[in-house]
Amino acid sequence: MIDILLLLIIVACAIFALFMKDLLSATIILGVYSFIMATIFTRLNAVDVAFTEASVGAGITSVLMIAALSRTKRYEYHYTKGQRKKPSALFSKIMSLVLVIVTGAVLVYGTLDMPEFGDPEAPTNQHVSPRYIEETHHDTGINNMVTAVLASYRGYDTLGETTVIFTAGTAVILLLRRKKKV
Amino acid sequence: MADIIHIIQTKYYYLVVIFLMMIGLYATISSRNLIKKVIGINIFQISVFLFYIAMSKVKHGTAPILWDKSHVYDNPLPHVLILTAIVVSVSTTAVALALIINIHKEYGTIEEDMILEKQKLDIDRSNTA
Amino acid sequence: MKEHIIVRIVAKFFTPFIQLFAFYVIAHGDLGPGGGFQGGVILGASIILYVIAFGMDEGRKRISQKVSDILVSTGALVYAGIGILCILAGGAYLEYAELPLGSHHLASHLGMYGIEIGVGITVAFVMITIFFETAKKERTDS
Repeated sequence: MIDILLLLIIVACAIFALFMKDLLSATIILGVYSFIMATIFTRLNAVDVAFTEASVGAGITSVLMIAALSRTKRYEYHYTKGQRKKPSALFSKIMSLVLVIVTGAVLVYGTLDMPEFGDPEAPTNQHVSPRYIEETHHDTGINNMVTAVLASYRGYDTLGETTVIFTAGTAVILLLRRKKKV
Repeated sequence: MADIIHIIQTKYYYLVVIFLMMIGLYATISSRNLIKKVIGINIFQISVFLFYIAMSKVKHGTAPILWDKSHVYDNPLPHVLILTAIVVSVSTTAVALALIINIHKEYGTIEEDMILEKQKLDIDRSNTA
Repeated sequence: MKEHIIVRIVAKFFTPFIQLFAFYVIAHGDLGPGGGFQGGVILGASIILYVIAFGMDEGRKRISQKVSDILVSTGALVYAGIGILCILAGGAYLEYAELPLGSHHLASHLGMYGIEIGVGITVAFVMITIFFETAKKERTDS
């Protein structure tokens, strides 16, 4: 029951973030969206992911967005009625709606063949993960399987990811740092 | 009719994910404001995270932290993949915001239409000169 | 925020506790939820809180640009360096069990601690750097 309630709240958050004209409010609603998503992750027993989502998605992303808004504009440009009724603007809006509905229909069609929610026989749960679950303690001696897979079995992935963060930091420095006057 | 109810009952997480994904896609392609586009991308990304985590749930499973041999555990692999994806998503958001700040410095606006207009003006001016 | 005394005092009071929690999260990634990413982000957030309350210049006095730039790359180097150490100890890249640290389990445990610390350093200081660069005050006079 609570799952369905949380899912309804999250859908409402997404819709509000879409229609908000004030970008600061939209950013805060995005933070709420992330935080409720973290709650849903906890309900689905993904505690590590929920922790990360709460600290990264709800915390840092909101802070960065607000920092960016402080250097750009807070409000979306308010188009006048004439501009909004222009055929080209209307056409692009309808086209994007059609595109979204078609994509959604294709995805729903694909979902019909998916295994049921929580099915232990699903292919996702059959392939590599039983080995991780059974061997983790013997191989590494630690209890948190997520950390074991992250740091030990899939250490290369995490190394690549650290490199991605490092690259992002470097890119931001290159884009925004002002040169000192010589 | 019974089929449809069965599908909704057993797969409602996936259907909600698709709905959220489409909201994100719509925000990304239809809004003219660049920061709104970044918000749309974020909604899209987080819905994909939910998709993976929903796949990792096993009935009567507990969180993948070992404490008893005889327990059923959820699948830890999607958790690891999504842990990586969350941090990558904040990196992409940061770089996107840095680019938007630079665009604002250059053109004085973050609305797509106005940026295109200004570019057109610049091209005209350079042609006449 | 410089004129809000409540914000300043609360920020000053909470910063060390948030940092303590960040180190706890990094160190206990093997027992419960947590690890390098989460702990690093919390560590970064504590310093971002301090900067929001006291201003950019005060924050840069505590963590200079040079130090944060060096630490960003240090974390990634720690991670890659542990991999190289494993090769020198006779294993494959990132095969912690081969490190000469006593038993098999202890070595892999300590190796994992090492890379979690590396990830934590990189994540924390990248977040701080991105915040400093994004939120920098525009100087209108130039």
